[in-house]
Amino acid sequence: MEPLLKTSNLSKSFGGIKAVQDFNVYINSGELVGLIGPNGAGKTTAFNLLTGVYTPTTGNIEFNGHSLVGMKPYKITKQGIARTFQNIRLFDHLTVIDNVKIAYNYHIKYTLAEAILRVGRYGSEEEVVEKKAMELLEIFNLADKKDELAANLPYGQQRRLEIARALAAQPKLLLLDEPAAGMNPQETHELMEMISWIRKTFDLTILLIEHDMSLVMGICERIYVLEFGKILAQGIPDEIKSNTEVIKAYLGEEV
Amino acid sequence: MGDNLFLQFVQQLINGISLGSIYALIALGYTMVYGIMKLINFAHGDVYMVGAYVGFFAATTANLPFFPSIILAMLATGLGGVIIERLAYKPLRHHPKIAILTTAIGVSLFLEYTTMLLLTPQPRTFPPLLPNAIYHIGGLIISFQQIVILAVSVILMILLTYVVNHTKMGKAMRAVSYDPDAAQLMGINVDKTISFTFFVGSSLAGAAGVLVGIYYNSIEPLMGIMPGMKAFIAAVLGGIGIIPGAMAGGLILGVVEALISGFISSTFRDAAAFAILIIILLIKPTGLFGKNEHEKV
Repeated sequence: MEPLLKTSNLSKSFGGIKAVQDFNVYINSGELVGLIGPNGAGKTTAFNLLTGVYTPTTGNIEFNGHSLVGMKPYKITKQGIARTFQNIRLFDHLTVIDNVKIAYNYHIKYTLAEAILRVGRYGSEEEVVEKKAMELLEIFNLADKKDELAANLPYGQQRRLEIARALAAQPKLLLLDEPAAGMNPQETHELMEMISWIRKTFDLTILLIEHDMSLVMGICERIYVLEFGKILAQGIPDEIKSNTEVIKAYLGEEV
Repeated sequence: MGDNLFLQFVQQLINGISLGSIYALIALGYTMVYGIMKLINFAHGDVYMVGAYVGFFAATTANLPFFPSIILAMLATGLGGVIIERLAYKPLRHHPKIAILTTAIGVSLFLEYTTMLLLTPQPRTFPPLLPNAIYHIGGLIISFQQIVILAVSVILMILLTYVVNHTKMGKAMRAVSYDPDAAQLMGINVDKTISFTFFVGSSLAGAAGVLVGIYYNSIEPLMGIMPGMKAFIAAVLGGIGIIPGAMAGGLILGVVEALISGFISSTFRDAAAFAILIIILLIKPTGLFGKNEHEKV
């Protein structure tokens, strides 16, 4: 079977700095893959390449049989890739439910005239979106906060809302950029369970960037290790744990 | 005497509200464009002028009545706004702000002097699209035109508020204005959203152009400069980027101007507008509806 996502010789340079070099990864449909590496290794750059924020200097990204190179971010989202951000980027001044509804946007089909006159598809479509958004909020335990501004939520809930918003875009592949950043061990544990659960429930493929080793080793089936923009190693968690090069480059100080 | 003074005050209040609702319509375009791309669109006052001319030709050459004329002017200026953004501003979106600001001044001059070249600098008499009826109500004088100006402005502002708050396009606008990068990763077409914003903002200015044409029954190619400045002040007064702020700012400015021309002297009118701007910038730089946000360190 063809992998859902496959990159070949993907590279991105900023001036003379090669942020990502010969990045070759594949993710099979339904897999949960981790991407780890020291700070500045190029993990977020890789995400930005996959979501179209950056155009690759060379190489190709194939997703679901289509090349994503040169495609605008909003079109890539429509192809079925959604993401969260390392530093939370919610629409702070919008309500919790509006944050989720925005990501549903492109599925809504009604014209402005229909909206103004409150006729035709406007009513029914808007109801469907409202209902779907509420379902997501309930899953993430945010239903009672639906009318609060996103900015007023506590940190952990903001993280959850970001995942809910990404899911509203109805992705096949979900990219999570350090979802456990700033969480305590208890919250991280809950997050791990939630990620496993949404993966099953929404039939998702997930690529996860994470610093928290217990999280990555605990839930990922396969791991890529990135260092200085290059893939240093890949394998199942046990292989990565015992890989001497990885230990030297990344885990060295901790072990 | 006291009675007389009170009557005169109410009279000026009425004049001020109808003038102010026009400022508000123009100010909305400034504030929406600023909200979505942090650009002061200096050409906006000239879009209003173009709206007045489209209305003029719709009413004279095509012999159309009031409503078709104003709708045609709105469509034409809306489309014009979209074209201006695509050709002049979009290529500069990721360049330093000063480049796009300078371009906006260039577009302003381009519109003014192209209109002059094509249509001569001669002022034209706007046809009386609305009946020139005047009502005397308890010593107050209200013209039919004032009522229409107020009604049209209020309807357009209600529509705008509804679109921004309750439609997918409005939500997309608010998302893009807050974080365009995150918005596009949520599947929002940022280019389309910006075009839509220009369309709506410019068409409101087009409507204002026709209303002013009817009210003052004279239009000319440089007519957009002063109202453009005033509307900009109104937008800053209310808090630039904030839609209810622009509406309130426009009305306040209109009322203050009317009161000053009525009670002091109309020569001070323009000075008063700029004095308000200076005072606001000194006391509350973020405007009446603006929040004071401290930069996080």
